[in-house]
Amino acid sequence: MSPYDVVVLGAGPAGMAAGLQAYRLGAKVLIIEREDKPGGILKQCIHDGFGLKKFNEKLTGPEYAGRYIKMIEENEVPIIVSTFVTDVSKNENGFKLSLVNSKKGLFEIYAKSLILANGCRERTSKQIFIHGSRPAGVYTAGTAQYLVNILGYLPCKKCVILGSGDIGLIMARRLTLEGAKIEGVYEAKSTPSGLSRNLSQCLDDYNIPIYLSHTITKIIGTDRVEAVEIAKVDKKMKPISGTEMIVECDSVILSVGLIPENEIAESLEIELDIATKGPFVDQNFMTLEDGVFSCGNALHVNDLVDYVSESGEYAGENALNYLEGLNGKKERKLIPINYEKDKFLYVVPQFIDINSDNNKAVFYVRSRDIRNNARIQIIGNSKLIYDKKYSFIKPPEMERIEMDLCDIKDLDAIEVIMK
Amino acid sequence: MKKLTCIVCPKGCLLKVEKLDNEWIVEGASCKKGKEFAISEMTLAKRSLSSTVKTTFKNMPRLPVKTDGEIPRELISPLMEKINGVILDYPVNAGEIILKNVLDTRINIVATTDLGKIFQEKTYA
Repeated sequence: MSPYDVVVLGAGPAGMAAGLQAYRLGAKVLIIEREDKPGGILKQCIHDGFGLKKFNEKLTGPEYAGRYIKMIEENEVPIIVSTFVTDVSKNENGFKLSLVNSKKGLFEIYAKSLILANGCRERTSKQIFIHGSRPAGVYTAGTAQYLVNILGYLPCKKCVILGSGDIGLIMARRLTLEGAKIEGVYEAKSTPSGLSRNLSQCLDDYNIPIYLSHTITKIIGTDRVEAVEIAKVDKKMKPISGTEMIVECDSVILSVGLIPENEIAESLEIELDIATKGPFVDQNFMTLEDGVFSCGNALHVNDLVDYVSESGEYAGENALNYLEGLNGKKERKLIPINYEKDKFLYVVPQFIDINSDNNKAVFYVRSRDIRNNARIQIIGNSKLIYDKKYSFIKPPEMERIEMDLCDIKDLDAIEVIMK
Repeated sequence: MKKLTCIVCPKGCLLKVEKLDNEWIVEGASCKKGKEFAISEMTLAKRSLSSTVKTTFKNMPRLPVKTDGEIPRELISPLMEKINGVILDYPVNAGEIILKNVLDTRINIVATTDLGKIFQEKTYA
């Protein structure tokens, strides 16, 4: 069987956008999805606020996904669902993928290029070192969301939420609407992780208290959660002894961060960035492995789905550019993008390929701290090539910077700085 | 003077609003919608609502729905009761009205995804 030009792993917002774009530009594409329908996590994100940048409208998650599903259907973009990738390996023409589904059993396909769009996963209680017995009633916010919105089960009557990420805040509101009581949202950091608008519309509207610099030190209960022990934490996020208090509850919901899902990237020995936990990429969204692209939350955890789709589109387009340039192309020459590690959590992409014909670069930048009246500057070959003032910058809200690299000849150093 | 966080878009502008000489003065909004939001918060706070309704379909036991506009915030709780009283036993498309003119607000509850449709995959022959 002849190989596909582009195989996209995952049919969430990143994968659908990537597959659609590559297909529209004429590639032989296949999108592979492990669930029985496309949409990814958007299916359970029934709240609104999606698509303000992309569609200039406030859509719910299912509606945003629906727009792309419709485009996939209308364009007849090849897609297989309920199919799991068990193995990916390199071969002389690209990649060999082993797949499994209930119709065909185990089978293989070949691809000239791969787009990794497999999203991210939630941190679990074990990853944040909540140890001890394992009573029922400890859920990640996404699991609670799945239980309520997809299956229609209310997983708790009285709960506490650990972490102030957006999904946790949204679940605080959602569970309250369905009749549960939220005792409080506890955040170990001194500032909330979620967007300000969610603090306002999800917590304040429903009089749900948020306790900053507080954490759960113990989960109490044998068969089911009965209570949690809460303590204040110091600046190093260590619990302060003597501040412990017991809060009765039947559940603990964790909203303690997301991590890009990169098992397939790791199986191909693709180098990951410890800052984003996704692969290193250049301005074409190509990882350090030629022909493998990464986009969406598999690349870095985004706060807006609009940017997830955008990165998918770029990856789809660039996968095709890569294939077209395969014959007689120049090897990539990657220049690292340096940034001030004490001021930024990360900058994506991490490299610029100066041999690429693509001079447009989109930078996704996340600040380490909340700052007022900050400037972000980009310096190329010691020359100021980007300079913008921001009235405030905060870690939950990523900044997007688009720039043209045409103006600098023989780029050999690039740095992102904050003043 | 009251401080508010704008919820119109993810930017979340910090707004200051006060009434001077019978006129609302809004500071901190970076767009017109933000200014409108601040005034509406001080007079009649409105919200859109998303939830789910029960269905009899095994592959989708809950259908996501939303209000097709904003309703007064005080009506959220009675509206949740109405929404939770619905059991859908017929297929619907995204955008279809599930409950019309709820609580005499002229706002409808609409489906936000298709119900009763199985996704058809397509591959090269």
